[in-house]
Amino acid sequence: MEPVIFEERADQIHRKGSAPFQIACNKESLAGAVSQRACVFCGSRVVLYPIADALHLVHGPIGCAAYTWDIRGALSSGPELHRLSFSTDLQEKDVIFGGEEKLYRALVELIDRHHPEAAFVYSTCIVGIIGDDLAGVCKKVSEEKGIPVIPVQSEGFKGNKRAGYNAACQAMFQLVGTGSTEGISPYSVNILGDFNLAGEIWIIQDYFRRIGIEVVANITGDGRVADIRRAHGAALNVVQCSGATMDLAKMMQERYGTPFVRVSYFGVEDMAESLYEVARFFKAPEIMSRTQNLVREELAVLYPQLQQYRRALRGKKAAIYVGGAFKAFSLIKAFRLLEMQVVLVGSQTGTTEDYRELAEICDDGTIIVDDTNPLELSSFLQEQEVDIFVGGVKERPIAYKLGVGFCDHNHERKEPLEGFVGMLNFAKEVYTSVMSPVWRFLPRHQQALVQGAAPVAEGSKS
Amino acid sequence: MLLRHTTAEIIERTALTVNPAKTCQPIGAMYAALGIHRCLPHSHGSQGCCAYHRSTLTRHYKEPVMAGTSSFTEGASVFGGQANLVQAIHNMFTIYEPDVIAVHTTCLSETIGDDIPQIIAKARDEGKIPPGKYVIHANTPSYVGSHVTGFANMVKAMVDYFATTEGRKEHRLNLIPGYVEPADMEELKRIVGELGIATIMFPDTSNVLNTPQTGRYAMYPPGGVKVADLQRLGTSVGTVALGRLASGSAARALDTKCKVPCEILDLPIGLKATDRFIDTLRQIAGVSVPDSLNLDRGRLLDVITDMHQYFFGRKVALAGDPDQLISLTEFLVDIDMWPIYIVTGTPGKKFESRIRELTKEVPYPVKVQAGGDMFLLHQWIKQEPVDLLIGNTYMKYISRDEDIPMVRFGFPILDRLGHVYFPTVGYRGGLRLLEQILDALLDRQDRDAPEESFELVM
Repeated sequence: MEPVIFEERADQIHRKGSAPFQIACNKESLAGAVSQRACVFCGSRVVLYPIADALHLVHGPIGCAAYTWDIRGALSSGPELHRLSFSTDLQEKDVIFGGEEKLYRALVELIDRHHPEAAFVYSTCIVGIIGDDLAGVCKKVSEEKGIPVIPVQSEGFKGNKRAGYNAACQAMFQLVGTGSTEGISPYSVNILGDFNLAGEIWIIQDYFRRIGIEVVANITGDGRVADIRRAHGAALNVVQCSGATMDLAKMMQERYGTPFVRVSYFGVEDMAESLYEVARFFKAPEIMSRTQNLVREELAVLYPQLQQYRRALRGKKAAIYVGGAFKAFSLIKAFRLLEMQVVLVGSQTGTTEDYRELAEICDDGTIIVDDTNPLELSSFLQEQEVDIFVGGVKERPIAYKLGVGFCDHNHERKEPLEGFVGMLNFAKEVYTSVMSPVWRFLPRHQQALVQGAAPVAEGSKS
Repeated sequence: MLLRHTTAEIIERTALTVNPAKTCQPIGAMYAALGIHRCLPHSHGSQGCCAYHRSTLTRHYKEPVMAGTSSFTEGASVFGGQANLVQAIHNMFTIYEPDVIAVHTTCLSETIGDDIPQIIAKARDEGKIPPGKYVIHANTPSYVGSHVTGFANMVKAMVDYFATTEGRKEHRLNLIPGYVEPADMEELKRIVGELGIATIMFPDTSNVLNTPQTGRYAMYPPGGVKVADLQRLGTSVGTVALGRLASGSAARALDTKCKVPCEILDLPIGLKATDRFIDTLRQIAGVSVPDSLNLDRGRLLDVITDMHQYFFGRKVALAGDPDQLISLTEFLVDIDMWPIYIVTGTPGKKFESRIRELTKEVPYPVKVQAGGDMFLLHQWIKQEPVDLLIGNTYMKYISRDEDIPMVRFGFPILDRLGHVYFPTVGYRGGLRLLEQILDALLDRQDRDAPEESFELVM
C-alpha cells in the first residue's frame, strides 16, 4: 500500500536518515483533513476539570458540556463535584438576546446549592461570537458570593488545544497567590501536569513523601482550590507533559520566582531521573540518599517482573501517536527498555524543538509526523508492519481493523502507567495486546498458518 | 457517592442543565451521514466539535469514524467560513475520494451566518466538485433541539438533495429506520425481506459501524444507502418512516416534493409497535405475513408469557430519546411493568402527552419530562425509588449511588461492548430486551438474597 499523504502535509512528515532534519509543525490543520486534533475549549476543560472541589460551568450549547462530562476519568480522593456536568444549555433566544443573564442565574443557583471553593466558567465558540461579557458576570458573582469565580477564555475557534492549555493556566494563575503559605516545608513542590488518570498522581505523591518532600498542590489531578491558592509557597514546580501546565510554571516563575523542572513519570529512566532531578534541586544529602534507596527498592521489585515481558516482546515494532510530544520521549525509552523498535512517532501539538529532539533519539528510518490523519496513519502502520500502536480513543479501532495491537496512553488508560509500577503495567498492557491469540485469526496470518509458519491456535481453522 | 450533590428536594431551574440527557445536533447529523455509502461527513465549525463527535461515536461503536472539519480559526469566525469550506471540499475530494460530502453546520457557523448552499455553489463553479460527486448539507445549530433533531435534519437533506420525480413509479417502498443502531437497521431490512417487499432504506449504517475484522482498514466500509437509490426515492409508491422525531420530517418532505405518501409510525420496539409496523407494511405492499415472522412473534409472546410473573408492578425509570422512549414505555406497560419516571433531554410537548396516554392505566403516579436532565430524574428517584433503570451509560452514576439495577439502552453506551451487534427493534429485538430486563432483576435478587432463601430454580 502506497503511503497516502496530502501534498500540503509533506513537510509535516520526516523520515529519520532520509534527509537533514526538517519538519513543519504548530500549523493550523488543513481544512478538510480528518485531523485527530481538538479545540481550545477541549484543552482548557481537560486541564481544569480534575480540580475536584471547584464548580465547572460550561457556558454554551449542550454539546460542549455533554462531550466533556467526566471525559477522562480524573480521580479524586474526596469531592466529586468535577464529575458532574453543568451547562447553561444555550438556546436560540439566548444566542439572539445574549446569555449573560442566564449565566448569572445559573452561577448563583449552583454556588448556593453546592458551596464550591471556586468556580470556573468556560467560554465556548458561540459565547465568543455573541460577545457575552463573561468576565463581567464572573466578577459580579464573585463579589456577591465571596468565592473566586474565574472566566476561562476558551472559545473553540481561537486556536488549537495548546491555546486552551494557556487559557486554563491563565485561569489558575488567578488563584495562585491568594492563600497563606504558612507552614510549608522548605522541601516542597507542586506537581504540575498530572491529571490523576487511574490514580497516577497518588503514586507520585507517595514517592515524594518517601523522599521527604512535601507536595503543596496537585495541578490538577485530585486537585483542590485551597492548595492551588497557596501553590506559590512551594519551593519548586515539577512540570510533566509538554504543553498543558507549562505556561502556569512560567507565570509563577516570573511573578513568584518559583523555579521549575520538566519531568516525565513514564518509564523507568525518566521516572528515576525525575526524582533525582528534584533531589538535586534541594541539595540535601538525606533527600538524595532516600531517593537512591527508593529507586533501588523499586527497581529491585520491577526488573525481575519485567523480564518475562521483555523476552516475549524483544524485536517487536511499535508506533506512537500522542497529544503532546513530551510523552513520546518517555515512550520511546520505555519501548527501548523492552527491546522493542519504534518505527513511527508523532503528536498532535509538538513544536519544532520537540521533533528535533525526537529525531535525535530515534533510529534511522523512523517516521516522525505532526498532526496526522487516519489515512496516513493506517498506511504507515501497514508499511512498517507494526505490532503495537500507542494512541488515543480515535486511533484504537483503526489499529484493530488492521490487526495491530493497541495501548491507550491517553484518556482511556485504566491502569496507572506512571511510576515504576506503571512501567510494569505498560509492559503488561503491551504484552497483552501484542501477544493476543486473536491476531492469529487474521486473514494474512491464516495464510501463514497454512504454510506452517506460525503457531496453530487451539480450535482455529487450519 | 458520585452524585452526592443531588438533592431530593426539587428546585425550579430556569437557567441550567445538570447532567444532560441529550447532546447537540451535529453528532446526529454525522451519524446519519455515515449511513450513505462512501459518504464523508463534514463538520463546518471548530476542530473540537468534530473531534468530540468522532470520539463519542468511536467510543460507542468501537469502529473508526471518519469526518472532516473546516477547522475554524479566529479569522474564519470573523470573515466567514467560506474559504475554509471551499478548500475543505477540494481537499477531501482530492485525497479521500468520497462520493458524497455531507456538510453539517455548528453553533459557530450558524451564528456567523454562513450560507452553505451558496458556498457549495461556489465550490461547484470553481470546479472543486468532480463530476458524479455530491455535496449536501443540513443546518444543525447546536442551540436548537438535540442530537435527534440533527439526525432528522440530515435525513431530510438526503431527500432535499437527491430525491426526484423523474422516472416511472416502481412497486417499492422507502423505509426510514429512525435514529437506531446498525444492528436495528439490519433487522429492519431482514423483516421487509421476509415480507418480500422491495425497499430503499435510508440512512443505513449497517456494515458501516458494525463491520467485520478483515485485517484491512477501509475508509468507506461496504454499507450505506447508495446515491443511485436515494435518487430513486421519489419513484417509490410509499414511505414508511419510523420514529416521528427522527424520521418524520424527511418523510413529509418526500411527500411534498415527490408526492410519495407516507406512514409515520412509532419505532418498532416491543410487541404492539412491531405489530403495527408489520401490519402497515402488509397493507401498503399488499403482501401476507410469512410464517417466519409469525414464528418470531409467537416466540416473543411465549417469552412474555414465561416471564410475566416476574414483571408485575416493577417500577422503572427511563431516560433517552423520545422515539425510543415512546415505544419502550408502551412495551413496558404491556409486560405489566410500571414505567413511572420518563425523561428525555430533547424538548417537545407532544412527547409528554403521548407518554401520559400510554401510561394512563399504570396504577401509580407517572412523572414525565421533555427537555429534562438526569439530575431531575435522580431527584425523583431519591424521593421514591424504582426497581430498574433503563438508559445510556450516564445512568450508571444513579444506578451505583442508589443501588438500582440497570439495563443499558440508547446512545451513548461507553462502558460495555457488543451491544452494537444486537437489535432491539422487531420481535427478535423484543426478546433481547426482555432477556436483559429479567437478567438485571434476577441478578439483583440473587445478589441480595439471604443464604436461606437463595434459590437454585427461580
